[in-house]
Amino acid sequence: MSVKTIAGVSVNVSEDGYLDDMNQWNEEIAKEIATEIGIELTPKHFEVINYLREKTLAKEALTIRSVGKSGIVDVKQLYVLFPKGPLKFSSKIAGIPKPTSCI
Amino acid sequence: MHTDFYHIKYYVTKVTLLKIKGINLMSLIAIIKTKVLDMKNLIILGAGTSGTMMANHLIHKLYKDQWKITIVDQYKTHYYQPGFLFLPFDIYTEKQVKKVGKKFIPKEVVYIQKKIEQIFPEENKVQLEDETLYYDVLIVATGSKIAPEETAGLIGPLWKKDIFDFYTYEGALALRDKLRNWEGGKLVVHITEMPIKCPVAPLEFSFLADAYFRKKGIRDKVEITYVTPLSGAFTKPTCTTALNYLLKDKGIKIETDFAIESVDNDKKVIIDYAEREIPFDLLITIPTNMGDEVIAKSGLGDDLNFIPTDHNTLQSKAHENIFVIGDATNVPASKAGSVAHFQAETLTDNILLYIDGYPLKKEFDGHANCFIETGNNKALLIDFNYVTEPVHGNFPFAKFGPLKLLKESVLNHWGKMAFRWIYWNMLLKGIAIPFVSRNMSFKGKVFDIKPETK
Repeated sequence: MSVKTIAGVSVNVSEDGYLDDMNQWNEEIAKEIATEIGIELTPKHFEVINYLREKTLAKEALTIRSVGKSGIVDVKQLYVLFPKGPLKFSSKIAGIPKPTSCI
Repeated sequence: MHTDFYHIKYYVTKVTLLKIKGINLMSLIAIIKTKVLDMKNLIILGAGTSGTMMANHLIHKLYKDQWKITIVDQYKTHYYQPGFLFLPFDIYTEKQVKKVGKKFIPKEVVYIQKKIEQIFPEENKVQLEDETLYYDVLIVATGSKIAPEETAGLIGPLWKKDIFDFYTYEGALALRDKLRNWEGGKLVVHITEMPIKCPVAPLEFSFLADAYFRKKGIRDKVEITYVTPLSGAFTKPTCTTALNYLLKDKGIKIETDFAIESVDNDKKVIIDYAEREIPFDLLITIPTNMGDEVIAKSGLGDDLNFIPTDHNTLQSKAHENIFVIGDATNVPASKAGSVAHFQAETLTDNILLYIDGYPLKKEFDGHANCFIETGNNKALLIDFNYVTEPVHGNFPFAKFGPLKLLKESVLNHWGKMAFRWIYWNMLLKGIAIPFVSRNMSFKGKVFDIKPETK
């Protein structure tokens, strides 16, 4: 765990750069993380991000399938919005933990 | 309502004792009738690892004159599912992984071998193929299974010819027959999507495949690629640091962030949503894992038919008299036998608290304890929970182990081999495994792994 300044805010991040506390997140932080990854956020991106945050708050596990069935985007569109790692990058931008397995 | 031989016998014994005391027989018969009809019903759906363990725990805990326990499962055979990993490599035989399920159900429990059609939670009833059961408390232990039909082209012309699963008994055997004569090529081990039962099994399969082909003398003819929808084979920082060498040493290639869209049977490639293609000669896939269709039919599940369940009490979120255990839950713990074992201990306590009207224990911490085969008679052991990553240390005894956590050892391998005996003889019967507690212990754990900085 380390401290990083993103969009002028000092936040705790994991070694992969994921926010430790999703409550430290704001839209400016999202935009700066997205820029680092090489993604420019549109309102559609934010719809996905907000969905991910809601589900995380409700302690529901996130899968590409569940995002694809959210009614916001299908899986193909999710890949277009967040290329080369849709769930990995969307989670990072949304300020929620990285999707992991048990090891 | 059911009456059965066991309960009648119980009351006849009681009557005989009372008769000795000189009480009128007719009034006794009336008492028996009311008593038998007044019995409360606890029903367990599924006689797999979780259901069988719950039957064995509860039969010793519930008052026999107040509760009748019934377990329902349509299948006769109980499989030792961890053994499916070893079948393809001729390490285990068929006989070692299956037994008649009824053998493990206590005699006092009513065992019904019928298909479950639907649960009606508002009416507290379960519809079987030709019978209706009513419950006061329901435990759902219907597990998870593969759903290859969820991926386009998976069940196509190549299914069971060049595309196999090893998460079913039939799949593992078909794969064994294929591997016996396979001469090499591109072997792709592939995970469709998370969550899956025993999340480390695909990795273990890759390690065992490496050892198997080396032993056969054809490792140079086999290219092994591990394909995952996640960001790596190891996603927890401690494991990435401690275990990444395994893939390198064994020459296993890795493709990450691959969410499969379809299988092209003509070109023999798997294709993801970004149109990335990975060619295969032999595809070992872990299809989508889903809860039983009866869960969907009963309106109890999420989009993968897993039941929303309290992470710590194991009570279903929607119905207070329905409890869920094992793979059937949506809790973010591993879908594994060890997890079910730890859950069973908490759930037994919570069932007793629930029927006596006390608040439930928020106790289950996601504890898992798993051996990971790494090939060549070595294995790792990992111990973790919802929030603590696998770490180094000794297990189960803090000072002398003898098992080492997160490190390869021959002893860990023999631990995994011995586990089959423990499963059949202790775990299913609800006998506590000595020195292994239901919650994760921090004794003997060493938090010395510094994650790699990326």
